[in-house]
Amino acid sequence: MTRRADDFHAELARGVADIHRNPVEVALFDHDASTISGRAGVVVYPTSADEVIHVVRTCHRHDRPFVARGAGTGLAGGATPLDGAVVICLTKMNRVLSVDPINRFAWVEPGVLNLDLSRQMTALGHDLHFAPDPSSQQSCTVGGNVANNSGGPHCLADGVTSAHVLGLEVVLSDGQVVVLGGEEPEPDGFDLRGAFVGSEGMFGIATKVCVRLTQNPPTVRTMLLDFTSVRDGADTVSAIIASGMVPAALEMMDALCIKAVEEYVHAGLPLDAAAVLLVEVTGLVSDVTAQAERVAEIGRRLHARTVRVARDEAERALLWKGRKSAFGAVARIKPNYYLHDTVVPRRHLPDVLDEIYRIVDRHELLVLNVFHAGDGNLHPLLVFDKREPGILERVHAAGEEIVKASVAAGGVLSGEHGIGLEKRDYMSLMFSEIDLAAQAAVRCAFDPSGLANPFKVLPSPASCGDIQHVPEGAWI
Amino acid sequence: MDLTEFAEQVGPSGRVSVRGRSTRTVRRVDGVTIDRVVSAPSGIVEYHPDEMTITCGAGTTLGEVRQITADRGQFVALPGSGTVGGALAVGRSGIDRLGVGPVRDTLLQATFVNHCGQLVNVGGPTVKNVSGFDVARLLVGSFGRLGFIAQVILRTRPIPTASSWFVVDADWTRVTELQSALYRPAALLWNGQRLAIRLDGHPDDIAANAARFGLTALDGPPIDADGTLYRWSVAPADVPAVIGSAGQQVWAEVGVGIVHHVMPQPDRRATLNHIEVRLVDEFDPQRRLNPDVVFPQ
Ligand SMILES: Cc1cc2nc3c(=O)[nH]c(=O)nc-3n(C[C@H](O)[C@H](O)[C@H](O)COP(=O)(O)OP(=O)(O)OC[C@H]3O[C@@H](n4cnc5c(N)ncnc54)[C@H](O)[C@@H]3O)c2cc1C
Ligand SMILES: Cc1cc2nc3c(=O)[nH]c(=O)nc-3n(C[C@H](O)[C@H](O)[C@H](O)COP(=O)(O)OP(=O)(O)OC[C@H]3O[C@@H](n4cnc5c(N)ncnc54)[C@H](O)[C@@H]3O)c2cc1C
Repeated sequence: MTRRADDFHAELARGVADIHRNPVEVALFDHDASTISGRAGVVVYPTSADEVIHVVRTCHRHDRPFVARGAGTGLAGGATPLDGAVVICLTKMNRVLSVDPINRFAWVEPGVLNLDLSRQMTALGHDLHFAPDPSSQQSCTVGGNVANNSGGPHCLADGVTSAHVLGLEVVLSDGQVVVLGGEEPEPDGFDLRGAFVGSEGMFGIATKVCVRLTQNPPTVRTMLLDFTSVRDGADTVSAIIASGMVPAALEMMDALCIKAVEEYVHAGLPLDAAAVLLVEVTGLVSDVTAQAERVAEIGRRLHARTVRVARDEAERALLWKGRKSAFGAVARIKPNYYLHDTVVPRRHLPDVLDEIYRIVDRHELLVLNVFHAGDGNLHPLLVFDKREPGILERVHAAGEEIVKASVAAGGVLSGEHGIGLEKRDYMSLMFSEIDLAAQAAVRCAFDPSGLANPFKVLPSPASCGDIQHVPEGAWI
Repeated sequence: MDLTEFAEQVGPSGRVSVRGRSTRTVRRVDGVTIDRVVSAPSGIVEYHPDEMTITCGAGTTLGEVRQITADRGQFVALPGSGTVGGALAVGRSGIDRLGVGPVRDTLLQATFVNHCGQLVNVGGPTVKNVSGFDVARLLVGSFGRLGFIAQVILRTRPIPTASSWFVVDADWTRVTELQSALYRPAALLWNGQRLAIRLDGHPDDIAANAARFGLTALDGPPIDADGTLYRWSVAPADVPAVIGSAGQQVWAEVGVGIVHHVMPQPDRRATLNHIEVRLVDEFDPQRRLNPDVVFPQ
């Protein structure tokens, strides 16, 4: 250990209690839920904003990069530390600080788990919830949701995380604390709150979040439509939207996924269907009844074989369990998976899905599709056994082709998982050098030092503090 | 005019100011000379009702956008009678913000002209996108200080089946009761004595709620927000205090925190914070874009 490193660690220890340096423990933080690994240096668990400030200031003084980390469920390598960066784990800052149930917002610490937030509202007797509901909601943090601008099935009608974050307290890379946005609707100046949401830990560390809370709907109707062709299912999605409805959720699963899920949760899904659509409409009773009728009508017109309406909360929960446990079900087919996340204009869903099946066939792989059809957000899930020689190369080659096919269809690189390291080098598929320079400029304005989660998102880190280099020890 | 021509008009040098329809007085800095005044291209480029997106020049009037979208049972949640670019650059929402959300959530993608006279794309064409940093959000409410918006992709929404205004006598306690009891009202406006309510949705639901809460039908909104002079932005919990101290009748957006006032809001920030200064340094180092516009305002 060098003298400078000793100084650094000693100084860190002066202002944060929970520090981990044991190589075995620290190695657990080398990656997030993606397959991209880096190398963590020290791991700290601050319990207050003051501890975060101390850690960040110390990093700044010693010119050490740091990475904010929530639950580490990110799928793009956003929380993967490179070159021994300091990992700042926010899971111990997990208190709900205040709730205004009338105006429907709450101030929370970033380590609050997504589902816990809604559960706490129920426990406090408020008929409210936090609308973004990623499939990982039992384990991911609100801070991670903010940094990735996460989505979920119910973001179709209610919008992704950005629409549910009113204000933020942020520790900048030099240790300064700023408040962005807030309870008032039109704060003066630029929408720095909006810029911070989705900044993947590169603009600073959120230490408090003012989240918007959403009324629980008085009536909910959940339906399952099944089709003998994926195209009919996708056409139904477009027709529902074109008819002037925005259902609360509009999710699709293809044949292989239906099979895996059915064997896993026994939700009564039709095993011979090519696709099922899970449609949920919510609101006041007459509205919900009318919408449910129209959905069924459109489905039948577009060749749905059956329209199953959940009769009670138990059946509704079962249908959703099927949708939300797709990842667990996959393990029964193959031990490993690679989950992609792109968005295409809804009208191109059938063509892009066909293209995905062709790509996957060409690489002799298996794909399950389970996705947010309502907003065109594809989630092709490639399943494989990594012990098979050469398979990872094929998985990556297929993945790259899927991303390219989505962008070529007028879509985007990521709908909710973010860019991180995974898609950093694809950014030029969507953005010109000039476009990327504008994004880098915003990063510079927030973090001129470049110490906050360096080397992520932007492909040529030529500006500010980032040094151009291939991340050492990173692999996919 | 196409995008390239607009970019050329802005060019790489000189002090340039962009105008929409100048529908409302924007506060300007005295004594700043402007070399060129430009206007963004106008016209609808593409409209996909089944994608809920519309692409148009930033100079397109909101009237034109309203007309074409209404034909397909949709609307874009931008207020006023000016241009798309102006409404985005100002960023102030309409009185139905409670129901339709803030202006900033309407913008999906923007092509803007930067200080070098180059076209820059930010955001993405789909309703969901997290590819890179959310620079589009920054343009909303920026009064043209980071770049001039040339073309945008906006999110559209379905026009509700029915939409009706009601009024009811209400003190603050009653207001908060109704605020909790009503399911997603589109607007709640309170003047200290009366609460005006807009309910959107199925006509039967609207009728049932009107009966349940004893609401009286109203012809339309009690105020013309386009015509009110000043606009305060306060924490929603501070609404009763602001109404109480106004001295005259003013209407507040309950649950939002906008007060349509007769006086300017005191204690608003007149200078930029250090992140904002760095942003302007990055995006307009020579301060040549809208240097005549007071910001923040
Ligand atoms: C099975 C599974 C299903 C998933 N389903 C979905 C889904 O449906 N929708 C979806 O959007 N995502 C989904 N994800 C991805 C992931 O769960 C989300 O991105 C989530 O928001 C990450 O939260 P986290 O707390 O795990 O963050 P981490 O993975 O720990 O970090 C994610 C990013 O946020 C940054 N960060 C974390 N905390 C802070 C903070 N306080 N301040 C600043 N930056 C911070 C990190 O530096 C990193 O860049 C899924 C993942 C898995 C494994
Ligand atoms: C302080 C203020 C408060 C307002 N409050 C309300 C309200 O409460 N309710 C309501 O309904 N309306 C309100 N408005 C008006 C509403 O937002 C108008 O729609 C808006 O002014 C745009 O109209 P316009 O096209 O005529 O733009 P202009 O009035 O011409 O321009 C407005 C501002 O936007 C900039 N701008 C215009 N086009 C572009 C572009 N393409 N790119 C970048 N910048 C551009 C201009 O430089 C100028 O700074 C308010 C406006 C202002 C200025």
